[in-house]
Amino acid sequence: MHEQLNQWDFVAAALGIGVVGTLVLVGWTLWAMVRAEKRRDSVRGNK
Amino acid sequence: MHGFANPARFLRMARWLMPLLLVPGLVLAFGALAWGVLVVPADRLMGDTVRILFIHVPCVWLGMAGWSMIAISSVIELVWRHPLASIAARAAAVPGAVFTALGLATGSIWGRPTWGTWWVWDGRLTSFLILLFLYLGYIALASAAQRDMAAGGGASRVTAIFGLVGAVNIPIINRSVVWWNSLHQPPSITMGKSSIDGTFLWPLLIAAIGFSLIFGGVVLARMRMLLADIQAEARLRRKAMG
Repeated sequence: MHEQLNQWDFVAAALGIGVVGTLVLVGWTLWAMVRAEKRRDSVRGNK
Repeated sequence: MHGFANPARFLRMARWLMPLLLVPGLVLAFGALAWGVLVVPADRLMGDTVRILFIHVPCVWLGMAGWSMIAISSVIELVWRHPLASIAARAAAVPGAVFTALGLATGSIWGRPTWGTWWVWDGRLTSFLILLFLYLGYIALASAAQRDMAAGGGASRVTAIFGLVGAVNIPIINRSVVWWNSLHQPPSITMGKSSIDGTFLWPLLIAAIGFSLIFGGVVLARMRMLLADIQAEARLRRKAMG
């Protein structure tokens, strides 16, 4: 039996996972960097 | 190289270089993906699934490049004791693992309509899955080494040796499609040669450059985060000791 697959479903899924994964990585990294630098500055401030 | 051994000098450079990598990287990567989806025609054999390669190939490339960076930084740490080398290696681990996971996921999604299966245990796919496990092991080991260093130990060199030994998997991934029978096609782009038509090659190269810039920006951001953590911990320890 020949299976009918809509190729665009797979294209959308792959691009969606790739784009969302990349944006989450960038956003999470920037958030973690800002949080760590704020913590370092607050530790410096509490002499 | 030792000019950047000073964290203050490195941080000054990272502050302007990081957005300079991230912003053009995002524009190039997502522009190339839009080009691949909206402009590039369907391939004669693969049909529309060829568009998946514009995200799959950069992810796979960065998964391998990430571990190469870990290995090179590990050599620099072990041989020259460069103070930022272990931080650079640790900073490359998480983005490397993420792009390896994305490479596996997008490859699997491409395989289902093209090969008729989500997964096969052949040389290329299996060695690339091993790369993901190596990343996870490295991240766990680096995290434990960080705690050990805070307690006065020296486990950082163990992490560097693990990074170096794990690099043996990179040429295996690269040559796997030549050494063993595989559903995966042989290399399409080799030194100075490409079997890919220009219609597909240009958006693929631009996507690879864009995602590489994003990777560079993320590594710099993570280095800033790790340095800030180390500086905060050092100050807290000094305060605790009076």
